[in-house]
Amino acid sequence: MTLTSADFLPVWPEVLMLSMVCVILVADLFLKDSQRVGTYALSLLTLAGCAVVTAVSSRPDVTFAFRGMFVDDPMSDALKLMVYGVVAAMLVYSRSYVAARGMYRGEFFTLVLFATLGMMVMISANHFLTLYLGLELLSLSMYALVALQRDSAASTEAAMKYFVLGALASGMLLYGISMVYGATGALQIPEVAARITAGKANMTILVLGVVFIVAGLGFKLGAVPFHMWVPDVYHGAPTAVALLISTAPKLAAFAFVIRILVEALGHPAVLAEWRQMLILLAIASMALGNITAIAQTNLKRMLAYSTISHMGFLLLGILSGTVNGYSAAMFYVAVYAVMGLGTFGVILALSREGFEADTLEDFKGLNRRSPWLAFLMLLLMFSMAGVPPTVGFYAKLSVLEAVVDAGYTWLAIVAVAFSLIGAFYYLRLVRLMYFDEPTDTRPIHSDGVARLLLSANGLAALVVGIVPGWLMAVCQRAMQASL
Amino acid sequence: MNSTPLLTLVIWVPILAGALVLATGSDRNAGLARTIALIGALAGFAVSLPLIAGFDPTAHGMQFVESTPWIPRYNIQYALGIDGISLLLILLNSFTTILVVIAGWKVIESRVAQYMAAFLVMSGLMNGVFAALDAMLFYVFFEATLIPMFIIIGVWGGPNRIYASVKFFLYTLLGSLLMLVALLYLYQASGGSFALADLHKLPLPMTTQVMVFVAFLVAFAVKVPMWPVHTWLPDAHVEAPTGGSVVLAAIALKLGGYGFLRFSLPIAPDASHALSGLMIALSLIAVVYIGLVALVQTDMKKLIAYSSISHMGFVTLGMFLFDRLGVQGAVIQMISHGFVSGALFLCVGVMYDRLHSRQIADYGGVVNRMPVFAAFFMLFAMANAGLPGTSGFVGEFMVIMSATKVNFWFAFAAATTLIFGAAYTLWMYKRVVFGAIANPKVAELDDIEAREWLFLAVLALLVLWMGLHPAPFNEVLEVPVADLLEHVAKSKLP
Repeated sequence: MTLTSADFLPVWPEVLMLSMVCVILVADLFLKDSQRVGTYALSLLTLAGCAVVTAVSSRPDVTFAFRGMFVDDPMSDALKLMVYGVVAAMLVYSRSYVAARGMYRGEFFTLVLFATLGMMVMISANHFLTLYLGLELLSLSMYALVALQRDSAASTEAAMKYFVLGALASGMLLYGISMVYGATGALQIPEVAARITAGKANMTILVLGVVFIVAGLGFKLGAVPFHMWVPDVYHGAPTAVALLISTAPKLAAFAFVIRILVEALGHPAVLAEWRQMLILLAIASMALGNITAIAQTNLKRMLAYSTISHMGFLLLGILSGTVNGYSAAMFYVAVYAVMGLGTFGVILALSREGFEADTLEDFKGLNRRSPWLAFLMLLLMFSMAGVPPTVGFYAKLSVLEAVVDAGYTWLAIVAVAFSLIGAFYYLRLVRLMYFDEPTDTRPIHSDGVARLLLSANGLAALVVGIVPGWLMAVCQRAMQASL
Repeated sequence: MNSTPLLTLVIWVPILAGALVLATGSDRNAGLARTIALIGALAGFAVSLPLIAGFDPTAHGMQFVESTPWIPRYNIQYALGIDGISLLLILLNSFTTILVVIAGWKVIESRVAQYMAAFLVMSGLMNGVFAALDAMLFYVFFEATLIPMFIIIGVWGGPNRIYASVKFFLYTLLGSLLMLVALLYLYQASGGSFALADLHKLPLPMTTQVMVFVAFLVAFAVKVPMWPVHTWLPDAHVEAPTGGSVVLAAIALKLGGYGFLRFSLPIAPDASHALSGLMIALSLIAVVYIGLVALVQTDMKKLIAYSSISHMGFVTLGMFLFDRLGVQGAVIQMISHGFVSGALFLCVGVMYDRLHSRQIADYGGVVNRMPVFAAFFMLFAMANAGLPGTSGFVGEFMVIMSATKVNFWFAFAAATTLIFGAAYTLWMYKRVVFGAIANPKVAELDDIEAREWLFLAVLALLVLWMGLHPAPFNEVLEVPVADLLEHVAKSKLP
């Protein structure tokens, strides 16, 4: 087996990321605490560099590398660019937060970048083992990040839960993959699909494998009934890490789901099997996520349940089983990442040394304390609730359109009923910010760059909502070219 | 053909003015915020005036049409155009915005910029609803109006404002989400188009029509509001600040009535015919039952709110008689109700600003201290009761006439409003305005100042003009109503 230079072209972004993480890891050893800004700048530069390489090497067709272990297609390029953006914004938002909590160290940056690398591998994997490799790289970095605040009992507990349940999910996934291998004799994604189409697969074993795979994916996405870890991890993890968990990995998980369920197991006979399961997961996630969120008083927990319900919506797009539905789901996950980023960004902006602005109480009367932050949060909340003209509406619209298109009008009605319930708790936050008097009157300090980026982020929820066409077109083109 | 995108201006001038007002920031710049808001409202009205000049009442179809692709992915167009019905509603809306800005001029003292901005944005969005020719564009504007209204009620409202604002929001959202699913369904059925013209032409089997009709019904019935989904309105009205009540009553309720004319009737004509009995029954219950409810209210705003529901019953009644006179009467009633209920809420606002009470029992003998105000209030109360010569009479009379043609008992039930309406309005008027001065607070009242005189006088003129000479209004409605009825008369069953 020889590797040619053609093999390396598609993996340039990954190679760059890996080398830079190693450089940062070593370079940070030579930096004093006061010079840590160097690590910070270097991390941002790495992400920017990867973005440039990905954008430049982006091609409108599908390229395979490493004997079909790795794929570079328009979907992976688009998702990777989003991941870089989200991770970079996360670093900017959380800078003062992590600095105030003794986490502003080399480990933080290297772990974040290793997680990013894991996501990149997941997004571009074309082989079940590559997928698994990427997933584990991401997960292990995440477990460590959650536990990074060593002296916090909540963080440690969250990390333990995350690790144990994550390991269980990985095990299930691996078990499912082994059954798929047993049924088809292949692990390369196009090969698996080809064997199923050719009728060479043992359907009984395959379907059993699909059950385990869907369960594993459900864990990773945080869909009900595999959602138990989500609220605890969001609640216990440092807010900066919760931000990361709730945004970028969802983009990678989306690619993961597409690669496994659609590209490998997208044969109509198998699709009919996993569609049933996804319908149940989607309805249960929307129901439990939205209803339980109402009872939360901790904002991070509320957002955790909100994420669960959003993942339910995302599954709706996927289970429609059409390219139309997949691109709607991609649009949804991209929009969700932007909204989650902004929402956690506001929480980070309100947090100070020794104080987490993570209960609903802390948002009381925000409009009096900082009208601008309150306005941004208002836009984000209405966007989460899916009220036009914010971008969240178009995300819901495109998914619902795909669902109706696939002939599941009843499912669309169920989905809108739960989004109505969801609107209640998003509205409650707006209510607290605008209608109540502040209990906390200390001034809000946030650093200029983060504030500027946060403004852009919040306004994006409105502006992209007024002109949503281009982002939809990007997702549609990426999906059409990749499948 | 006019090349200026007038409708775009009508929508975006107030919204951009609203953004500008918001940018003035804190209450230190309140004066500036008020001035910009007034200029913005006047500019918004000014750009809607050329619509009258350029409007051809004899032309069929939409005028001032603009169309650009907006979301090519779903073939959604930024398509605008108006007919006589939308023209009147847009003018009413742009005009009311000026009144609201003036009415809130002194009274609103905290977060002035946000208050004014919310109304300006709201005004632009509602113009968008009336001008949209694409169902999804309509939906976006329709829903977006909820956000500023939610804020208006919740921030500047009365003691129970939070409950009222959340109830308002969730109630209306419930309705519109079903409409969204119906629109998506129609999008599939029409082979990928949200254009209203295409949806109007689309043949649909009866069961589908009924389901689509019901989905629209929930959305629009909540907005109108029709009995029994009206319960949000008294809460919202009572708790909203004066300006909020005016906009709600004068414009926001019309979004529902307008929706019936643009969506329910032409898209599902057979279902509309089949279900007209239900609609007429609901309308008559609103007219009679809610009229009786209004009679026993002790809160002035609540009384006017119930009176609004009762009057809106006429609107839906007129629409489902499928008769030229009835539909035209319904639209006239919408416009007139905009003036009259707006004026009544402003009158209550004038008193509330002085005494901080909306309870009828806290007043009495107001005429002794505020004779000029009492005269204006009298005129609007009479108009609300449907006195001939005021705008309130015209629409009701047309609808009752039309109902007589269809069924005597419909007309009989509807006509009771002339008694109940007079009873609750004039009884309230009597208790508040006449009699001896009830308490020391009333004894200290001052009559209206120039600012208040201005908006009441303008409204009084309009109420009288529409009552004495309704011909211009009927003239612009003639063609669109005839076209609509002709369309609805044809079956769309495949």
